[in-house]
Amino acid sequence: MAGSLRRSGRVRPYTLTHGRTISRRPLLLETLISVPNYDPAIERALIAESREIYRLCRGTRSVIEISAELAIPLGVIRVLVGDLADSGLLWVHPTAPGTGVPDQELLERVLLGLQTITR
Amino acid sequence: MVAGGFGVGKTTFVRSVSEIEPVTTEAMMTDASADFDDLADTPQKATTTVAMDFGRRTLDESLVLYLFGTPGQARFWFLWDDLIRGALGAIVLADPRRLADSFPAIEYFENFPSVPFIVALNCFHGILPYRIEQVRDALTIGPHIPVLTCDARDTRSVQHILVELIRYAMTLTSSPELVH
Repeated sequence: MAGSLRRSGRVRPYTLTHGRTISRRPLLLETLISVPNYDPAIERALIAESREIYRLCRGTRSVIEISAELAIPLGVIRVLVGDLADSGLLWVHPTAPGTGVPDQELLERVLLGLQTITR
Repeated sequence: MVAGGFGVGKTTFVRSVSEIEPVTTEAMMTDASADFDDLADTPQKATTTVAMDFGRRTLDESLVLYLFGTPGQARFWFLWDDLIRGALGAIVLADPRRLADSFPAIEYFENFPSVPFIVALNCFHGILPYRIEQVRDALTIGPHIPVLTCDARDTRSVQHILVELIRYAMTLTSSPELVH
């Protein structure tokens, strides 16, 4: 019965994540990720996608950017980033606490920044 | 967030202010209508991919704005749930000739009162062949929700829409009773 479910022959990326689809901490699209203590030996020891993420995040990247730059679906990125973070190899930057309503000061900064757009 | 129906101009809109070429990224998600549990250890779930565009604009030395273009169909609402958590606001980009395509997006945001949204009508050179009031009637949205025209190809026009969204958001944070 499982075989009849397959819509395509390609290996689904979720098989890379050993069937898990839920990562251990929420990673918002804009959450910033970086490598605090880059070690080339660690990079060599990681498998393909995790290695790419580790290498990319020597420069700080958001979750969405990692997904886009590496062309790996978001759900997979979340699981792999979560795993690397749990292993202490990546640092997940704190997200500004959200109360649901953006604060006035932030909005003013955004407004000022937008008003400088001329291109 | 820039939400709207297929072909309404979301990518163009994002491109007009993005410092990077809009990137299409795929979010993979469980297709809830087709999942089931099989008897194996790892449950098989049918997945569907959703393409969304994102762009980026650096606003100052420590502030970067992300813009996400999201598909407008109701079945993608659970993707929006994820995006909306950190969103400053949303723009429903609508084609005045196909207003009904924007209804699902409007409905979604009306049910999310903590995120301000405005409606931007994408018109050639920003010229609308109707009166704004006619569009408002057709959309049946509250009178305090801004409905504006824009030309998604034009940077200044898109800038104006973003500025108006933030200004609108500021009126809501200073007067919480206005929240729709």
